Amino acid sequence: MKHEVFEKNIPLLFIGVILVTAIGALVEIVPLFYIDSTIEKVEGVRPYTPLELKGRDIYVREGCYNCHSQMIRPFRDEVERYGHYSLAAESMYDHPFQWGSKRTGPDLARVGGKYSNLWHQTHMRSPRTVVPESIMPNYPWLEKNTLNYGDIGVRLAVMQKLGVPYSDVAVAEAKADLEAQANPTADATGLRARYGAKVGQENFGGQPGRITELDALIAYLQMLGRQVDFATYKAQAR
Amino acid sequence: MAVPPPVNPSAKYDPVVRAPARGATPRPPVDLSEKYDFTVVKWFSIAAMVYGLVGFLVGDLLAWQLTFPVLNFDLPYISFGRLRPLHTSAVIFAFGGSVLFATSYYVVQRTCKARLFSSLLTSITFWGWNLVVVLVVVTYPLGLVQGKEYAEPIWIIDLLITVVWVAYLINFVGTLARRKEPHIYVANWFFLAFIITVAVLHIVNNLEVPVNLTDSYPVWAGVQGALIQWWYGHNAVGFFLTAAFLGIIYYFVPKQAERPIYSYRLSIVHFWSLMFLYIWAGPHHLQYTALPDWVGTLGATFSIMLILPSWGGMINGIMTLSGVWHKLRTDPILRFFIISLSFYGMSTFEGPVMSLKSVNALSHYTDWGIGHVHSGGLGWVAMVSFAALYHLVPKLWQTRIHSVAMINLHFWMATIGIVFYITAMWISGVMQGLMARAHDTFGNLTYSFAEIVQATHPYYFIRAVGGLIFLSGAILMAYNLWMTVRHAPRVTA
Repeated sequence: MKHEVFEKNIPLLFIGVILVTAIGALVEIVPLFYIDSTIEKVEGVRPYTPLELKGRDIYVREGCYNCHSQMIRPFRDEVERYGHYSLAAESMYDHPFQWGSKRTGPDLARVGGKYSNLWHQTHMRSPRTVVPESIMPNYPWLEKNTLNYGDIGVRLAVMQKLGVPYSDVAVAEAKADLEAQANPTADATGLRARYGAKVGQENFGGQPGRITELDALIAYLQMLGRQVDFATYKAQAR
Repeated sequence: MAVPPPVNPSAKYDPVVRAPARGATPRPPVDLSEKYDFTVVKWFSIAAMVYGLVGFLVGDLLAWQLTFPVLNFDLPYISFGRLRPLHTSAVIFAFGGSVLFATSYYVVQRTCKARLFSSLLTSITFWGWNLVVVLVVVTYPLGLVQGKEYAEPIWIIDLLITVVWVAYLINFVGTLARRKEPHIYVANWFFLAFIITVAVLHIVNNLEVPVNLTDSYPVWAGVQGALIQWWYGHNAVGFFLTAAFLGIIYYFVPKQAERPIYSYRLSIVHFWSLMFLYIWAGPHHLQYTALPDWVGTLGATFSIMLILPSWGGMINGIMTLSGVWHKLRTDPILRFFIISLSFYGMSTFEGPVMSLKSVNALSHYTDWGIGHVHSGGLGWVAMVSFAALYHLVPKLWQTRIHSVAMINLHFWMATIGIVFYITAMWISGVMQGLMARAHDTFGNLTYSFAEIVQATHPYYFIRAVGGLIFLSGAILMAYNLWMTVRHAPRVTA
């Protein structure tokens, strides 16, 4: 066939481009919605609590993903430094995923529980007081800004629409659950019933009687990578 | 058979001839503005220069912030995490995009010998694209982003981009349909493929459900989200930053060298193979992640194969100079084109090497990636853009360049700046990778993460200096173009 055909016919050139670019995309992307290793459910993985979800929104807003990955590769040094390699299931409710592409700072996939709330509060206010070599910006505004969570129910509802398994009750009780998680003395029966007994109920931000953006962000950071119990988890044979 | 570059009587243009002394009578201008819509090309050229300066400036500020974190000034609006997306969007979409609008609108008219299809669509693309840029500049510092690299704009801006892009597509195809030549010129194949593919990538990657006027959550999550994102991200490189800029090469290099394209056959082969192979390469951004192994293997395999069409483009561009190599001595614009093609060849070799699993294990997550992106971004995309603008501006304003010596100086500033930048990032990237995996004799990790950060400091300083040299060169260029336009004969456009 002479190439002239394409050079003289716009629709043919148009369709040609669509066809040759479609093949690779379809072959690589479509199977991911069907094969076991990418859609398997792993015990312990649950949707974010309302407070954690707000914290995640702040994580996205501040562009943390520009410097921090959330994806531990199965190498000896990474597993020693950060913990068990990341499973696909651990980010299955992440809209959008936050695996990152650059480690200007360390990986955060399993940062949860590694440091105390007090350490995080100090670190966010002024990172170099706890890590002198750090080049992270200070985030003093997080503890000053009161958390705006009036629309948390809408956010959970959108997530529900996207396939994250929030119950209708979880959506309806989102505000109450958020407030309960940030207050260690509040009644957390509903929160625990919906999100599991392991959910942390603490004064994450360190300012009693006030829910700040720092509360939400630390609540999110403190749960990262702690859902799956790797003492009992067995990777399925591939 | 070689396709001759489009012939135009007004094409006699010698950049080496010095600008006429002030007050001297300029050459009688050949007015093509009746036949073609050059106004939009002019406006996009100006926009490109302005956005280029902004993008480079923000980039260098970021480099200094990484060297001296105090430069974040505790201000949310300019903290690194909010500013970095502004830098990438400004250089890729505002600067690169404006260069592509300007050049594609110019090339499609000249090679089809036809005026742009619709002045309404032309206006929509110009004002729409600039509105997108303004909205991005306002929203990112406020933290209104959707958290996907190179696809940060919020849903409302995404919709606007889609409208502009569809207008662009219709306008471009409409102009092709009006062509007076039987053949569609090769540069236009590349532009057309770029417009179509970017439309598909943008729409699929940005499917999202709004929460309110500014916020939304993307439809895709987790591992599927990651692959769709990097299918988008890598092909933004492949089609936005490569195919489209090859379109520039296919028109402007023959024009500037006054030689036909080296090989017509090569352009056919490398066009179709580039289209087919590029789209597979995305998963190499996700080696050793939770993405299934075979997808990463496919990505790396196709990345290696991509060397062939990439180098096909480079060879076709560079060899166009065969017979007129001596022009490189006297024509700094041609030198810009040739060094951009050289950087293109280098980074399209480096990329496939980095996509291999064993190399990627070390290079991923480190500054090597940043160095690679900038040898492509600054060395290829920015250099070819500078060359195209230096070629275009005197033509559009029917005058001569203000100072050839300044172009020459800019050439060296840009080149030296890039060399500082990428060598610093190569060294720090490899160092970071090696330090991260180092174990001592007892089998423990040798370095803490903080020690890696500390060791990187001097290279961040060198990089920031390199960026500053590159930025200064661009400022010189802006001045040179400004003086060129100012001294142009007054014509009512």
